[in-house]
Amino acid sequence: MNFLLGAFKPACNISITFTDGKNRKQVPIKKDNGQILMNPLFQSQETIAGKIHIDSYQGKKVEHNGVKVELLGQIEMYFDRGNFYDFTSLVRELDVPGEIYERKTYPFEFSSVEMPYETYNGVNVRLRYVLKVTVTRGYAGSIVEYQDFVVRNYVPPPPINNSIKMEVGIEDCLHIEFEYNKSKYHLKDVILGKIYFLLVRIKIKNMDLEIRRRESTGAGANTHVETETLAKFELMDGAPVRGESIPVRVFLTPYDLTPTHTNINNKFSVKYYLNLVLVDEEDRRYFKQQEITLYRLKEETS
Amino acid sequence: MIADDDEKWLADDIAAVKQNAFYMQRAIDSNNLKDALKFSAQMLSELRTSKLSPHKYYELYMRVFNELGTLEIFFKEETGRGCSIAELYELVQHAGNILPRLYLLCTIGSVYIKSKDVTTTDILKDLVEMCRAVQHPLRGLFLRSYLAQVTRDKLPSIGSELAGDGDAQMNALEFVLQNFTEMNKLWVRMQHQGSSREKEKREKERNELRDLVGKNLHVLSQLEGVDLGIYRDTVLPRILEQVVNCKDELAQCYLMDCIIQVFPDDFHLQTLDVLLGACPQLQPSVDIKTVLSGLMERLSNYAASSVEALPNFLQVEAFSKFNYAIGKVVEAQVDLPAAGSVTLYLFLLNFTLHVYSDRLDYVDQVLGSCVTQLAATGKLCDDKAAKQIVAFLSAPLEKYNNVVTILKLTNYPRVMEYLDHETNKAMTIIIVQSVLKNNTHIATADEVDALFELAKGLIKDFDGTIDNEIDEEDFQEEQNFVARLVHKLYSDDPEEMSKIIFTVRKHILTGGPKRLPLTIPPLVFSALKLIRRLRGGDENPFGDDASATPKRILQLLSETVEALSDVSAPDLALRLYLQCAQAANDCELETVTYEFFTKAYLLYEEEISDSKAQVTALRLIIGTLQRMRIFNVENRDILTHKATGYSARLLRKPDQCRAVYECAHLFWTDECEKLKDGERVVLCLKRAQRIADTVQKMTNASRGTSSTGSVALYVELLNKYLYFLEKGNTEVTGDTIKSLAELIRSETKKVESGAESFINSTLRYIEFQRQQDGGMSEKYEKIKMEWFE
Repeated sequence: MNFLLGAFKPACNISITFTDGKNRKQVPIKKDNGQILMNPLFQSQETIAGKIHIDSYQGKKVEHNGVKVELLGQIEMYFDRGNFYDFTSLVRELDVPGEIYERKTYPFEFSSVEMPYETYNGVNVRLRYVLKVTVTRGYAGSIVEYQDFVVRNYVPPPPINNSIKMEVGIEDCLHIEFEYNKSKYHLKDVILGKIYFLLVRIKIKNMDLEIRRRESTGAGANTHVETETLAKFELMDGAPVRGESIPVRVFLTPYDLTPTHTNINNKFSVKYYLNLVLVDEEDRRYFKQQEITLYRLKEETS
Repeated sequence: MIADDDEKWLADDIAAVKQNAFYMQRAIDSNNLKDALKFSAQMLSELRTSKLSPHKYYELYMRVFNELGTLEIFFKEETGRGCSIAELYELVQHAGNILPRLYLLCTIGSVYIKSKDVTTTDILKDLVEMCRAVQHPLRGLFLRSYLAQVTRDKLPSIGSELAGDGDAQMNALEFVLQNFTEMNKLWVRMQHQGSSREKEKREKERNELRDLVGKNLHVLSQLEGVDLGIYRDTVLPRILEQVVNCKDELAQCYLMDCIIQVFPDDFHLQTLDVLLGACPQLQPSVDIKTVLSGLMERLSNYAASSVEALPNFLQVEAFSKFNYAIGKVVEAQVDLPAAGSVTLYLFLLNFTLHVYSDRLDYVDQVLGSCVTQLAATGKLCDDKAAKQIVAFLSAPLEKYNNVVTILKLTNYPRVMEYLDHETNKAMTIIIVQSVLKNNTHIATADEVDALFELAKGLIKDFDGTIDNEIDEEDFQEEQNFVARLVHKLYSDDPEEMSKIIFTVRKHILTGGPKRLPLTIPPLVFSALKLIRRLRGGDENPFGDDASATPKRILQLLSETVEALSDVSAPDLALRLYLQCAQAANDCELETVTYEFFTKAYLLYEEEISDSKAQVTALRLIIGTLQRMRIFNVENRDILTHKATGYSARLLRKPDQCRAVYECAHLFWTDECEKLKDGERVVLCLKRAQRIADTVQKMTNASRGTSSTGSVALYVELLNKYLYFLEKGNTEVTGDTIKSLAELIRSETKKVESGAESFINSTLRYIEFQRQQDGGMSEKYEKIKMEWFE
């Protein structure tokens, strides 16, 4: 059996370790098959360094035409599966052509890598960063190993952050004014606000605040737009009367949000909206959607 | 059907609550915060139901409430285990549904306050603000009630370590006030839910929930550090603002009552104008009288319980404030029925009587206000109003127990004027009864005048009404009261007393034919009593020009009694004349006496035609005349002669006979020697005997019909003879008696007379007298007794 297995197994085993792998923060990433794996977390301008170990199986000799490690930033569109657009590609040659008899370790380092985009797993698109180790072989086929890592970029709080304030309504039926304290929220932020009821002639049953993500991929005629509701948060129960004001307080922590992405490499955009929904007793929905910008704020600790 | 469904839904919900509570408990036992939160939120989700009636919802709520107790303890423990309470406070807010989220928030909030990690104020503010998110009336009410419940023992008070800064107290106050305001809004809003068809049912259900709202006021009153200043400047205005603005009858009624019951008396007293100022602003349908009565009753009790409080009442001018407020209320509530406004005044009156018992002017003011009010509505017609006004007018009577005090109230009679006849009468009776019961001493003519003015209802007929339907017995009863009243009027001062009599007379004479026979006699006797007093005292101390001379009074009486003859009550008039004559006699006023007799005789001749009445009248005349002493011979002769003449002209012979022998007495007066005319006595008796003879003949002619008559007459005559014999009339001879006795014997032999026992008694008496020692037996010596053996 071992013999047989060995026949289909790659001729050697490649493993990648990061220099500070033990201390580095790991974040979960959902794979294609639904599995959740923990991957190390980096941010732009960081130096990505580590060691690559190559062990040949059963002490066999592995001939190769060279060993290299690549750092790739890829965008994958699901409707165009298998095709990756590499927006970042860095290569380090690790070895000249030769043979590997025993375990060999290569240190590598990509210093101050520019990684402008964040890792993203959407409905129709995926942006990922990966280290790709290739042991090039001629006829036998190259041996390749991938190591995903996650990139998150932190931004300072925006200097201008106006509140969102708006009056909407249906004539002689419903007039409300709503106010969210900011237009830009970081991912652990709290949305605070108030809804004022200026005129209520319909029998409202309840009011929800939805957080919606709008992901658009492709360009021009091929644009695909996918909208998902990530959160549905009940704000009010029952029918308010004129003059009533309802507080809004939504913690963003429990939801799986990403920063807003605008036109990433001309491939895709991710936008977030707050959707205020009023439902009347006949289950008619009245809603108003407002875009908000999400950003990732540098956390104080960790 | 609906009730059944209700039951079923409740059962379902309770089952779900139980199940989730079980899981929650298990999570708690294994210190699993996440699951505990999850299941508690699920359990709380059951409270989101809209299907249950308030009653059933309450049941469900209580179940959940009990479970939340465990959760609270768990939260407390959790904070001990290193989970920061601020984190927990955020964590519970991740719940997607608002209702469970807020219940959890309140629960953790209460723990937060206790932990002292954060200023209480911030949490309270946050909680009460966040709860706005539930706008559904029923669910909101219960949520806020839960909030009030879990925080009530944690509210900071002045001096507590939680207080932090001075504002904390104010903020706790603000918290309760705001919660109260919001709850009330929700509560009021409940009525607008659902179809109008079920409005009544809904209002009933709503009423069941009122204590949820009222509890807030209770909390306020229990809040430490709420002193008068805060109450006056903050608490009360805020509550009243809400009460007035909610424009809801049920709420206003209940909350006003709540305010009155919950806060201390002293507060009410000091803020009376504020509280009362709100009353006219309430909805017209609100039963203000209940509210105000509650307040006045409380304050009355307060005044009664502590003497120290009384100066406060004066200081804040509680009375004028109430009076003003009630005026305003009446003015504002146009539709208020008369009964309602009278009731209001009744309460005010009761209050005044309790608190300011010595301030008659206040009492009078109340009456005055009531008059003004009644002037606007006109006479009271409905029973309820009448009942109220009787109570209203009776109140001062009961309080003072003295009509004289009432008479000082100038507005009292003015109120009476607005009563309808029945009520007026009833009220008058109450007044009179009060006099009688309390033995009230009414001693001046002015008071009497006022009293009778008040009691007009009994004393005279109402203008333009004919009391056909009046029950005779009732009428008698009423007039009896008047009669008794007349007897109660008494003054030690004869001058005043005579004035009283003049006054009474003036009123009584207006009474009309039905009343006079019943009311004049007491007046006459009262006057006679006075005369007797005057005579008994020293010489008239006032001189001749004083009104209180017997002569003047008798003069007056003569005129008074004359009124009776006009109303066809001659019998009575005759008696009264004779009474007066007697009094005049005692006063030795001969002409007056003669005058009375003349009147009596005239009455006898002209008015008394019934033969039985004549007999009675004649006897009275004879009896009275016999005792007269002041007449000179001539006058006396005229009168006796007349009387004897009347006697002889009676219709029935036996009556004639008896009247004639009675006349014999007129010639024989014991005390006065010159009035002893033995001859004429015997003459009368002889004449009587002749009439008896005629009777006897007539009896014999129609034997068998009336048998006893004549023999009895003879025996009566015999007795008369014996009487005068004893009195020493020398004209009565043994022969006369003897012949009479023989006559009796022969008659009894002829026929069964039926008068045997009378005869035997007479005989025994003769026998007895004969055996007596002294002069008597000598007189009887004349009588030979063999006929009687």
